[in-house]
Amino acid sequence: MSLHTLTVAELAAGLKARRFSSLDLTLHFLGRIERLAPELNAFVTITADRALADARAADEKIARGDAGPLTGVPIAHKDIFCTDGIRTTCSSRMLADFVAPYDATVVERWRAAGTVLLGKTNMDEFAMGSSNETSFFGPVKNPWDLQRVPGGSSGGSAAAVAACLAPAASGTDTGGSIRQPAALTSLTGIKPTYGRVSRYGMIAFASSLDQAGVLTRSAEDAALLLQAMSGHDLRDSTCVDAPVPDYVAELATPLKGLRIGLLREFFDKGLDPQVEKRVRDAIDVLRQEGATVTEVSLPSLPLSVPTYYVVAPAECSSNLSRFDGVRFGHRCENPRDLLDLYMRSRGEGFGAEVKRRIMTGTYVLSAGYYDAYYLQAQKVRALIAADFARAFGAVDVLIGPTAPTAAFELGAKTSDPITMYLNDIYTIGANLAGLPAISIPCGFASEGGKELPVGLQLVGPHFGESRLLSVSHQYQLLTEWHRRVPPGYE
Amino acid sequence: MEWETVIGLEIHAQLATRSKIFSGSATAYGADPNTQANLVDLGYPGVLPVLNGAAVRMAVRFGLATGAKIARRSIFARKNYFYPDLPKGYQISQYERPVVEDGSLDVMLEDGTRKTIGITRAHLEEDAGKSLHEDFHGLSGIDLNRAGTPLLEIVSEPDMRSAREAVAYMKKIHTLVRYLEICDGNMQEGSFRCDANVSVRPKGQAEFGTRAEIKNLNSFRYVERAINYEVDRQIELITGGGKVVQETRLYDPDIGETRPMRSKEEANDYRYFPDPDLLPLAIDEAVIESVRASLPELPDAKAARFMREHELSDYDAGVLTASREMANFYETVVKKLGGHPKLAANWVMGEFSGALNRESLETAQSRIDADALAGLLTRIVDNTISGKIAKEVFESMWLEGASADAIIEAKGLKQITDTSRIETAIDEVMANNPGQLAEYRSGKDKLFGFFVGQVMKATQGKANPAQLNELLKRKLAG
Repeated sequence: MSLHTLTVAELAAGLKARRFSSLDLTLHFLGRIERLAPELNAFVTITADRALADARAADEKIARGDAGPLTGVPIAHKDIFCTDGIRTTCSSRMLADFVAPYDATVVERWRAAGTVLLGKTNMDEFAMGSSNETSFFGPVKNPWDLQRVPGGSSGGSAAAVAACLAPAASGTDTGGSIRQPAALTSLTGIKPTYGRVSRYGMIAFASSLDQAGVLTRSAEDAALLLQAMSGHDLRDSTCVDAPVPDYVAELATPLKGLRIGLLREFFDKGLDPQVEKRVRDAIDVLRQEGATVTEVSLPSLPLSVPTYYVVAPAECSSNLSRFDGVRFGHRCENPRDLLDLYMRSRGEGFGAEVKRRIMTGTYVLSAGYYDAYYLQAQKVRALIAADFARAFGAVDVLIGPTAPTAAFELGAKTSDPITMYLNDIYTIGANLAGLPAISIPCGFASEGGKELPVGLQLVGPHFGESRLLSVSHQYQLLTEWHRRVPPGYE
Repeated sequence: MEWETVIGLEIHAQLATRSKIFSGSATAYGADPNTQANLVDLGYPGVLPVLNGAAVRMAVRFGLATGAKIARRSIFARKNYFYPDLPKGYQISQYERPVVEDGSLDVMLEDGTRKTIGITRAHLEEDAGKSLHEDFHGLSGIDLNRAGTPLLEIVSEPDMRSAREAVAYMKKIHTLVRYLEICDGNMQEGSFRCDANVSVRPKGQAEFGTRAEIKNLNSFRYVERAINYEVDRQIELITGGGKVVQETRLYDPDIGETRPMRSKEEANDYRYFPDPDLLPLAIDEAVIESVRASLPELPDAKAARFMREHELSDYDAGVLTASREMANFYETVVKKLGGHPKLAANWVMGEFSGALNRESLETAQSRIDADALAGLLTRIVDNTISGKIAKEVFESMWLEGASADAIIEAKGLKQITDTSRIETAIDEVMANNPGQLAEYRSGKDKLFGFFVGQVMKATQGKANPAQLNELLKRKLAG
């Protein structure tokens, strides 16, 4: 078996046993990135020098015998996390040359855990998109079919891990941006509870929805890496001061007795029949292991998409006001006056989708529209959260598909934003309610002679990450879907 | 027609916290541009605000001191607008649910009556930076040292009916925030400033007239002048057939006029919404009680006590409690002196305040402390010197910094109480002025003053006045 198809847990064991060094690993992955990243367009910045330095430091630590579970493991960060001294672009022209002067908490914590930074991954501009086609640096390709999208907005992270260019990568999820790309590239992707992971240093899209997480090759890896990024941070007031469970230890929790709620609203007419089949097969596997399945209805859930597309743009319109050409980021040439500076710097710096959302958000917050849109959306959001809370009175996890279809072709939905937005129809609910959710591989759909991954989504109650990870891990002990590697990347 | 003026004030008090309201940067005034602005103040991508608990406690102090309601849950909101000295493109403020609501304050009017002014609300917010338009050759400089400085915006009800009332209210708030030690009150540095909402209406009319908002008034004098100018302007406009438009105006102290302000944005739609980066501000009963327990004696209570315990007049008590430092100074003097509050009050309000004013000093910067003044007054009380000589001693103390006793000793100012010495002096004066003596004895009583003056002159003013009076009367009578 080659190094690059191993999981983080397997790599960590190999490092600890000195079967290979962190430097060996790092050189191996950097070689693959150099060879394979360009066709996928998965990276915005490759940090080879930093990676080698990190690897040497890790090897010293391992030699001294004070290595942690992640010491020497290479990783990649979505280019939304600020990295001290390294360009942080958010895949926007606005920040194309922006070098962050500090590390995000997630970056700091993974670094403190001894990981090796390979580079910064491509993404939808400011995390606004579901296909990774809004990036200023061009679209990311899906390693399962280069004609198709990897999903978004964490598309670069997904493509990089799926193509074995990195064992794991960070992502952020505002409306499905970790789970949907994980589903479309056959990865495990977890979005924790809102407040579980600090948002400090994560460039904001929609502050009340944004949450950092991880894309990995297994639930066990997700547990390891989530453990290392979670926990209280005084620099983020919305980060919850609650102990972080031992996710790895709790992976062993058996499936027997698990109460699964099958989300009726997720098996609607928009669901692709092949996707539905794979998801139902996966649920059968869980049932056979002693889980009980009941159908659950969340009547407010169909309102998720319109609610989200009021709340998220509203917050984004305000969050992105700081990009004004005054202190950092893109500034237009020779502004005539202040207004010209604003209009051209922002006009040139932002792409079409970002502008669309800023305009939508500005509109819904405007005098005379606030009550009808923003306030109404907040009320619906509360209803959705109440629906979920009620459901979790009777079941341990909710289950359904992650995305309505497998990966679609590049350009297929770019001309129609609404169709694109509907791709997140199953993932947005968890963000609106602040709940943890995970997507795991559950099989493949065939389209045009290609095998395209399908994701199974589990949603848990607040701070229910442990159960999501253990159910996923137990499922992965019974299945092999997560071990599949796209043809050509073995 | 008779007109009535209606005024409401929005006072911005900079809270005296060491660090900013949402970041750890220092708030000290006068540092080099942009040296007190960290990544949070600069609005860098990815940074987040973290509320300074000290600012919250200060807001609660103000609320409790004005008998207001302290919201158990208040909300920070974003006020969105673009301006180069507003780094994030929004100001974090409180909009629909402020931390303090529904308080009031009594002010004393010129005719001696009291009036209660309602305080609608007081909310926490961050200040913006400063735009510098000079010295940049056609460009503007931005200094973000002030960005993120905590402010308490205190909004009054439209309860004031004249510029003087407005100033009285503003002064009272100024006194209060300094008593509470939540604001240094420094108006030159902009720590205490106000916006005045001014309208006029025919007397007797119930509805308010259209108001104009005069921005950024940073002295009591400007507040009075700006309001008076604005009232005249509005009345003139209306009587001339015009209409007051609701707008923001600036007062130009050089020409003494208000004029419309160039708007920062064409339309002022700030698109307020709750800031998702900050949790609702929760204040529980325990916090409120601990703040309440730490409140100092407030000006009105202190004045009432001075009137009750020291038998001071309403006026004296009011003057002495106008600043906490002055009141403490006065009380220390009384304590050291072991009583004689009226004497102490007269000296603190008279010589002492006069000396401070002459040099534009605050009580804390005084050249003599309360102990020293008490030392001087002790010598009046025990008849060592007269009140008149005491003024001379005070001047020397102020200039030289020596104690009263040292100056009295060095200058030989000790009062003469030795009867024989005074009698000797009287005898000499009588001998030298036979004509006046004869006139006096023939009934010209008014000459008594002449003899007092002569004896005082002969004793360099040191003769004890009461003794002198008594002895002189007897001697002159023959």
